[in-house]
Amino acid sequence: MGFNANQALQGVKVADFSWAAAGPVTTRYLAAHGATVVRIESAQRPDALRTSGPFKGGKAGVDRSGNFAILNANKYSISLNLKSPEGKQVARKLIAWADIVAENFTPGVMERQGLGYEEIRKIKPDIIMLRTSNQGQTGGQAKQPGFGQHLVGLCGFGYYSGWPDRDPLGFGMAYTDMIAPRFSVAALMAALDYRRRTGKGQVLDISQLETAIHFLSPQILDYTVNGRIGNREGNRCHYACPHGVFPCRGEDSWCVIAVFTDDEWHSFKQVVDRPWAEDMKFSTLQDRKRNEDELERLLSEWTVGFAAEHLMELMQSAGVPAGVVQSAEDVIDDPALKLRGSFWMMEHKVLGPATHLGQPFKLSKTPAQPRMPAPCLGEHTEYVCIRLLGMTDEEFVELVAAGAFD
Amino acid sequence: MLDLTDEKGFLCGRILGDLGADIIKIEPPEGDPGRGVGPFYHDIPDPQKSLFWFAYNANKRGITLNIETADGQQILKRLIENADILIESFSPGYMDGLGLGYPVLSQINARLIMVSITPFGQSGPRKSYKGSDIVSMAMGGFMYICGDADRPPVCPVAPQAYLNAGADAAAGAMIAYHHREMTGEGQHVDISMQESVALSIYLAVAYWEISRFHMKRYGSSRLLGSRVLSRMVWPCKDGYVNFVLHGGATGSRTNRALTEWMDEEGVLPEFMREIDWDKFDLAAVTEEQMGSFNGAVGRFFLKHTKAELYDWATRTQAMLYPVSHSEDLLGNVQLADRNFWTKVDHPELGDAITYPGAWAISSEAELGIRRRAPLIGEHNREIYEGDLGVTREELALLKQSGAI
Repeated sequence: MGFNANQALQGVKVADFSWAAAGPVTTRYLAAHGATVVRIESAQRPDALRTSGPFKGGKAGVDRSGNFAILNANKYSISLNLKSPEGKQVARKLIAWADIVAENFTPGVMERQGLGYEEIRKIKPDIIMLRTSNQGQTGGQAKQPGFGQHLVGLCGFGYYSGWPDRDPLGFGMAYTDMIAPRFSVAALMAALDYRRRTGKGQVLDISQLETAIHFLSPQILDYTVNGRIGNREGNRCHYACPHGVFPCRGEDSWCVIAVFTDDEWHSFKQVVDRPWAEDMKFSTLQDRKRNEDELERLLSEWTVGFAAEHLMELMQSAGVPAGVVQSAEDVIDDPALKLRGSFWMMEHKVLGPATHLGQPFKLSKTPAQPRMPAPCLGEHTEYVCIRLLGMTDEEFVELVAAGAFD
Repeated sequence: MLDLTDEKGFLCGRILGDLGADIIKIEPPEGDPGRGVGPFYHDIPDPQKSLFWFAYNANKRGITLNIETADGQQILKRLIENADILIESFSPGYMDGLGLGYPVLSQINARLIMVSITPFGQSGPRKSYKGSDIVSMAMGGFMYICGDADRPPVCPVAPQAYLNAGADAAAGAMIAYHHREMTGEGQHVDISMQESVALSIYLAVAYWEISRFHMKRYGSSRLLGSRVLSRMVWPCKDGYVNFVLHGGATGSRTNRALTEWMDEEGVLPEFMREIDWDKFDLAAVTEEQMGSFNGAVGRFFLKHTKAELYDWATRTQAMLYPVSHSEDLLGNVQLADRNFWTKVDHPELGDAITYPGAWAISSEAELGIRRRAPLIGEHNREIYEGDLGVTREELALLKQSGAI
């Protein structure tokens, strides 16, 4: 576990009670930049991502989930039995040690463990507590059960994404779980700053639903101002044409082309070099919008002869925004992302070489660094107790005997 | 904090402004290009009436400055002397070309944090590629898994790439700020929109890396295992609801409650009555069984409205949610309970507009909207005369020279 001293969040300590995605994604930003993050887990009630696939070799197991691994690089894991008084005592020690406590349970779960904000601030008066549940800590439906796959519908992404003549998109993944964390990280850093200036901690109630709605603010204002509910718009854009996805050579191969300005249209025509592109009915943006169906059809007939990568290069060399519709495989192999270190490949005890989310952005002087792969469940129980919390070997052995760990 | 971004980066400054920072939005004298993005107030396309601008530039003050003039560059440098963070979203190299790149600015203020938001980052093989929201969503892998199986990939409601990157920029700026406060050292934060999007599709990456399986486009459904499609979005009487079939303990309460309700209404098919929901194994469901289930449940949902179904779900703690549109959200009881919506005065329009409110409730601070988005050059006098000490005569001269 080699540490590089030059990490932006060196010395920041996080007691991470969170699970599934929205919490661990938040603490991953912190861990990537050098914070010491301890995942407080339980073998009796393992993280939902440890028990959901994809699993290595298709075989289920708490240390075999790629879904868990990808979100949890650079973190420690302690397996704690919070039902035992000794386990609770370790949790209290972790809170006393920490600058930040993070959790994303249904409201009430932490309280039932005796770990609500009022309790933990008695342990550590200037603690910063992040609570990031689906719908916030207060309100009549705060405790309504659900997952990110439900929130994408509730917050409006589903309704406004897809084709106008088809049903809303279901989203096969919990997109909202990736939104709240970005707000939460900014707020946590502001809370650390506030604590430096005032000596005071705080509790932050960040609703995943509410942060997601901020990603749909224009649709909200269109309704509150203009009374318009709006609809799905496929790939079209009011102020660009063509603006869409066009078929390329090969199976399920596509290239995006987006023409915003007259200059871009002029360059586009030179690349396409077909008589139809010179047709007067396509000469201005208004003309093109009027005849968009026909333009898209003609363009599709032309693009289908090209490899997507080649078409993107042709367009981009001429200054026309274009991009390949990349699969996850393409994304992992993408030369720009590889160079940046967007994914970290690290040797995981059970998974072997495993892909982890890496650098979320590039800090020039303190870049995010891979230090260790996602932890196996309880992998660092002893390390955390002895090295981080400063227990003696005897104290640790007593806790083991008393059933503090599960 | 100085905000030179266009629509690619507005959200970054908005988030930092919500957290209490003093954000100065710097626009070219003719107004920011992002003011051209709709929708517009009462559908009047006017740079002072863009609702997109309103939404993502609240809690900022605004000045105009032409940073392509020598005078403009001098003024920006003076502003930078006292700035903590500068946010920009020009093409890589543009600021350097003006003599305003990070190496120069860090000479003026070593504590400065410069945040740059671009389609593909500041370096690398595609740094000079042109970007847009849909290009980033394609190159970041998001579109590949969005849409209907029988149609081309589709870009989720725009502009998610700009918003992913803008929110990441806020997170990155604040992490760099923490480091600055601890060490005094400023730095350059390089945001790639493609990278921000790619991190959002981690699940597709995990599926490929672990199982060599490509998540594809499943429309309003999701794929179970690698065979059976399970519906997520269901038409109901007046719109759509979101209901996902889960097995075992995760789904038992919901499935039992649904079965009971269908039974009460006399539409429960025998095969559903016979299922022991505690032991129900989703992985064992065949395509044919899923088809029967979809038929029965689909018909049942069509007889009820979103509101009836959601009322039932909240009463029984079942996992069913409306697929909301804007009007549904404005009527959402939970958001009302939390006083989420906030009315903001727009005196220049003689109107007050309802906005999404604070995205965090802090025990120490208010994060709501303190000021609406600025008009073009609204705070020129306040900032140039007040903060910078430019005299009125100098200001007039700067206006004539086109710097302001």
